[in-house]
Amino acid sequence: MSRKSYLWAGYTVLYIAALYAPVAFLVIFAFNDSTAIAFPLSGFTTRWFSVMANSPGLIDALVNSLKVSSSVAVISTVLGTVAAKALSRAALPGRPALLGMLTLPLLIPGIVMGIALLIVAGAIGLRLSLFTIAIAHVVYTTPFAILIMLPRFEGFDRNLEEASRDLGEGLFFTFIRVVLPLAAPGIVSSLLLTFTVSLDEFVLTFFLAGNETTLPLYIWSQLRFPGKLPGVLALSVCILCFSFFLVTLAEWVRRLGSPANPQ
Amino acid sequence: MSATDMNAKSGFLLSLVQRSDAARGYLLLSPALLAAAGTLVVPLCILLAYSFWTQNDLSVERSWVLRNYRDFFANVTYLGILAKSVAVSLAATALVLVLSYPVAAFIALKGGRHKTMLLLVITIPFWTSYLLRVFAWKIILGYNGVINSGLIGLGIIHQPLEILLYNPYAVVITLTHAWAPFALLPIYISIEKIDRSLIEAARDLGDGAWHTFRRVVLPLSRPGLIAAGMLVFIPTVGDYVTPQLVGGTSGLMIGNVVQSMFGRANNWPMGAAISIVTMVVVTIIACAALWGTGGKPGQARQ
Repeated sequence: MSRKSYLWAGYTVLYIAALYAPVAFLVIFAFNDSTAIAFPLSGFTTRWFSVMANSPGLIDALVNSLKVSSSVAVISTVLGTVAAKALSRAALPGRPALLGMLTLPLLIPGIVMGIALLIVAGAIGLRLSLFTIAIAHVVYTTPFAILIMLPRFEGFDRNLEEASRDLGEGLFFTFIRVVLPLAAPGIVSSLLLTFTVSLDEFVLTFFLAGNETTLPLYIWSQLRFPGKLPGVLALSVCILCFSFFLVTLAEWVRRLGSPANPQ
Repeated sequence: MSATDMNAKSGFLLSLVQRSDAARGYLLLSPALLAAAGTLVVPLCILLAYSFWTQNDLSVERSWVLRNYRDFFANVTYLGILAKSVAVSLAATALVLVLSYPVAAFIALKGGRHKTMLLLVITIPFWTSYLLRVFAWKIILGYNGVINSGLIGLGIIHQPLEILLYNPYAVVITLTHAWAPFALLPIYISIEKIDRSLIEAARDLGDGAWHTFRRVVLPLSRPGLIAAGMLVFIPTVGDYVTPQLVGGTSGLMIGNVVQSMFGRANNWPMGAAISIVTMVVVTIIACAALWGTGGKPGQARQ
């Protein structure tokens, strides 16, 4: 490599380091034995994690979050899988327009989507609750599910489906016995990613929440109290670790069974 | 209609669905389309309708008037905040593109067998909590934060710097950091698609690295740059989390105004009007950018 290439590689390393630095600081100070989030470090402690675990309201928020995110993951993955299967036929009339409309939520500012859904909930008399949060999350996460499933169905040998149909299987059983197993890695990946996105989503949640709190709302409400910051840091580190784990797993599963690059 | 008629009809529909690929495609799409229509198209239409109504104390007056829009454009504070939001967003977008381009190019051209791994490492943070990544910057830039205490510890400064947090620059830095990984992907894809023989031809014909970049790589990766720019600019204009946490009073953005209309100010029609104006302004700027850079809207999606 030339000197320029080394500089280039060095810049890339620096970029990645800068990307992770803020998260790294969260982790460092979550284990720091002081209420002040400042250098010099005062020593190692895990007490903020027990402070966090015992803070009132946390368990409720956690349970609510898990309820919402797991239902959102299942619903948006089902919707996304079915839609991606249909969109994978290049011959489908109006395909670009349909794909554009289905992935539109990714391009609309979260706040606009949030207030639009809030107004509708008010108009049809729907009480704000975990249910309204979940609906908003499904709107936002379904495009992700479609975009994850689409490449799987596009790299998919249609002959297998036709063979199953020729051998006398109906549409439904062909889908269950042939299509689903081949799409399984994509489905697992979609479930994990939509779960993570829903778990971490804040903007829509903020507008559509009723009395029940979820984890991001809980963190938001705690940010006002400087004294609670170390506990919030500990909680943040837990959530970040969990999210990193789920996303890495999802990407690994997706690449593992990807038809584009068999391994 | 007789029962046999019904049977014949449904039998015909069924055979149509089974025979026609397109019909089956639409049938499969219908749940997602219905969901998208019911939760996106309808709400946006109602939002538009709301923006023409007016708030009377506790009730909403449903006559169609332009009062909210008039109030908005007559209010210098609102206009200033909207202009600042656009400026902050554009600055963050420009920074994201400039900072991410070399990395995308490095991975696409020199990544070799580490490509997948590098992309994975860069995209993982994007999937994790936006709120927490912004919160991290509040801790870093704060008065008693990481940078100030670090610099004092090193003896470089003696008083904490107050200019780090609670201003528009802090918002730009935080937005740039939060959106950089998202922008990298479209740029990477467009550079990856460039035919390598074109680059080699330019080098063989005596172009240096800089000229090869300017005359071959940059023009061919333009669709990726445009897409990346849109993906960062459009959602960041309306952001209210970042300005709320690190912007302070001088860093307030239009999203904060909209949020207060739906919260404390309790004037939903005004909030709806402000968000409609914001979306229109964003669309105009996005179209102008597409037109100015010579990219067609269809290209930006690639």
